[in-house]
Amino acid sequence: MTTWERKLSAGSVSAPARPASRTATRKELTGHQQQILATEVVAEEGAVARAGDYAMRVEQLAAGFGGFAAVDDVTLDIMPRTITAIIGPSGSGKSTFLRCLNRMHEEVRGSWARGTVLLGGQNIYAPGVDPVEVRRHVGMVFQKPNPFPTMSIYENVAAGLRLNQWGRVPDLDAKVQHALELAALWDEVKDKLFQSGAALSGGQQQRLCIARALAVEPEILLMDEPASALDPVATLRIEELMRELVKNYTIVIVTHNMQQAARVSDRTAFLMMGDDRAGRLIEQGPTDELFTNPRDKRTEDYITGRFG
Amino acid sequence: MNKLVWRKIVNRVMVFLTAFSAALGVAALLAVLTFVVKNGIAALNVDMLTRLPTPVGVPGGGVANAIVGSLIVIGLASLFAVPVGLGAGMYLSEFGNNRFADVVRYLADVLSGVPSIVIGIFAYNLIVARQGHFSALSGGVALGVMMLPSIVRTTEEMMRMVPASQREASLALGLPRWRTILSVVLPSARSGVTTGILLAVARVAGETAPLLFTAFGNPYWSFDINQPIATLPHTLFTYAISPYADWQSKAWGTAIILTSMMLLASVLARRSRRHVAA
Repeated sequence: MTTWERKLSAGSVSAPARPASRTATRKELTGHQQQILATEVVAEEGAVARAGDYAMRVEQLAAGFGGFAAVDDVTLDIMPRTITAIIGPSGSGKSTFLRCLNRMHEEVRGSWARGTVLLGGQNIYAPGVDPVEVRRHVGMVFQKPNPFPTMSIYENVAAGLRLNQWGRVPDLDAKVQHALELAALWDEVKDKLFQSGAALSGGQQQRLCIARALAVEPEILLMDEPASALDPVATLRIEELMRELVKNYTIVIVTHNMQQAARVSDRTAFLMMGDDRAGRLIEQGPTDELFTNPRDKRTEDYITGRFG
Repeated sequence: MNKLVWRKIVNRVMVFLTAFSAALGVAALLAVLTFVVKNGIAALNVDMLTRLPTPVGVPGGGVANAIVGSLIVIGLASLFAVPVGLGAGMYLSEFGNNRFADVVRYLADVLSGVPSIVIGIFAYNLIVARQGHFSALSGGVALGVMMLPSIVRTTEEMMRMVPASQREASLALGLPRWRTILSVVLPSARSGVTTGILLAVARVAGETAPLLFTAFGNPYWSFDINQPIATLPHTLFTYAISPYADWQSKAWGTAIILTSMMLLASVLARRSRRHVAA
């Protein structure tokens, strides 16, 4: 990247201190990857992950729109190579919380966020951190499949790599194939890579979006109700895919569907809005524990279907 | 029951009245077209399309220089208006949530209402008066100014129609905003934007008033943008007000050529729009 492109991609040209802090982010992230490798060993020994071995640490996060807080005072560790499910009733701020983890929340007009989100030791909300850089490490899959309609299947997957740099991307074909294989879509589309992605079924489109997100090699994948627009068969395929992906990625999924959270996730966090309508973290822990032995009365009421 | 019958009658009458109004609108267009074709078809021949105008009294000749001249002037106008209009439309759509953008939108609407002859005077003062001679360039600037507001506003509208989910998908890949706009939003809006540009071209292609004292007209071939140049609407005007029957007949022939070119642009615009729906 040229210097001016960096400035452009930063969204604004400001503090001369920025290049230094960006370099710091990179270094931290490299450290973070090493940390993941270290954690894997611990996980294989069956030990509970030590505090500090998080992939992301959220501290006292509050976020909302205008004068309204959708999320308030959420503190939560996201463990590496696990699926963390965020559950809660409608309006409990699940999606807002998720979108704060890669700074997509601020793309909505009038939005604000306060607090700390550590990604490998670096607070992504620290001044001078470029949200564009954050999103390269924390990918996202949305509720409705949203492949780029003007691009072919191949171009969709290649978009994140191709549009991020000038000139040719080395080994682009191999990278596209790898991403499609990761998303368990390769066999279905290998003969029509240059057709429009819009012609695929809903479930295939969503897997295409997953492949597109994986192609830029993020460490963390955020999924905002990724199966809510899909039929049960397609939903099952996405869930199987998530179990496969979690071997190498950290996944955070927002879901409306408690059965899905119970089936697919390792850890679960339950959000609920208070009297001021701001979503707060009520309880979090290993999924088995939270569903079989909730500590909080409100969690129990929610998972037994007494409200929401 | 009686009330129901009455309501049905009123319904019939109202539907008929609206259909009649619609037919009347189309009839006006058909009347103009048949009128132009009926009067002009006699003058239309290969010479009209391929030869230079002849002096009064000399038979034959055509308006080939005006056809090419019109294309040159419209080309120049597009050269000014398309990049500026696209840029301004992109700004309004993607960054246009401020006071400045509101002012720009309002001024664009005002500009589209300014009489074309006033824009001609503007181009005259800006270029002709300073250079000391009429030119294709000044005609292009005048038409370009006229095209600008509609290109700005259609580009804005078309880009706003691209769903937010497309922008989010791109930003979530870690693509910067400028990349998202150029490589995701603009391609999605491309057909609509193309339609807007073609319609703007069709609209100014028939403008005569601003060319009277800018492009001025020229009975010879001219490919120099610094020299006066013939254009179809201006040639039509000159021929139509002349006292010679031969020229008047050629004015009708010119009218057919000009109308066909504009219809062609409209058809192209329609086709690119149909592409949007597909």
